[in-house]
Amino acid sequence: MENKNQAQRLIQIQQLQFTAVELNLFLDTHPNDQHVLALYNQVHQQLIESVRAYEQVYGPLLNYGYSPALQNYWAWAENPWPWELKY
Amino acid sequence: MWIYEKKLQIPVRVSAPNPRLAKYVITQYGGPEGELSASLRYLNMRYSMPTNRAKGVLTDIGTEELAHMEIVATLVYKLIEGASIEAIRAADLGAHYADHDRSLYWVNAAGVPWVAAYVSATGDPIADLHENMAAEQKARAVYENLLHLSDDPLVNDTLRWLREREVVHFQRFGETLMHVQEYLDRKKIF
Repeated sequence: MENKNQAQRLIQIQQLQFTAVELNLFLDTHPNDQHVLALYNQVHQQLIESVRAYEQVYGPLLNYGYSPALQNYWAWAENPWPWELKY
Repeated sequence: MWIYEKKLQIPVRVSAPNPRLAKYVITQYGGPEGELSASLRYLNMRYSMPTNRAKGVLTDIGTEELAHMEIVATLVYKLIEGASIEAIRAADLGAHYADHDRSLYWVNAAGVPWVAAYVSATGDPIADLHENMAAEQKARAVYENLLHLSDDPLVNDTLRWLREREVVHFQRFGETLMHVQEYLDRKKIF
């Protein structure tokens, strides 16, 4: 199964989220760093926008109410699952 | 509560099926220094931490380790997927195949199943945070061993990335240890 376009779109989300994870862990031990707090909020905005744009095309990225059901069927379990994606 | 995100933390690629390499890499799935051990060690240790900051660090790093477990699982899955029975037998994975076919299982590179004894929790935050720092260094060392054994450049990209995460986690645990030490020293004065 070829999913190159989907994989490309995901890479943008993966990059933004990796930045968020790094800033999150840094803030865990440096909770008053104003510069990093501002960066974190900036990345948060970009990440949310990228996730919502991705979901319009490829279906929900998150379960349990954190992503809307935008398709006229329950697209959550549609292929491919993360370990099946061909990058 | 955990929410599942239907994506890997990073893209995972392999050049070709390689059951021999799968047999080695699976130790970071179910071996003593693997990602299952790491996530369970930190998530279990949260409950006896004395400061909110330590609870936060253990929750966040423990959660990232679950994502790393999924990355290693995907490496193993892709390295075994499509491998012939001949190749599986030649790679000494015949014993694994007898019990599990191509499914994953929590074992180390020698096929020994995961045990909770890989993980420690003493209730002493200083001892426990040192345990975590040692665990990050041991996991880094195992990723370096795997890099010596692997000849797949795409697998190496993922192994190198996981190795770097161990270094970052070690740093954050070190900062957390200093924070908890200061907290305990302050508590003695008052």
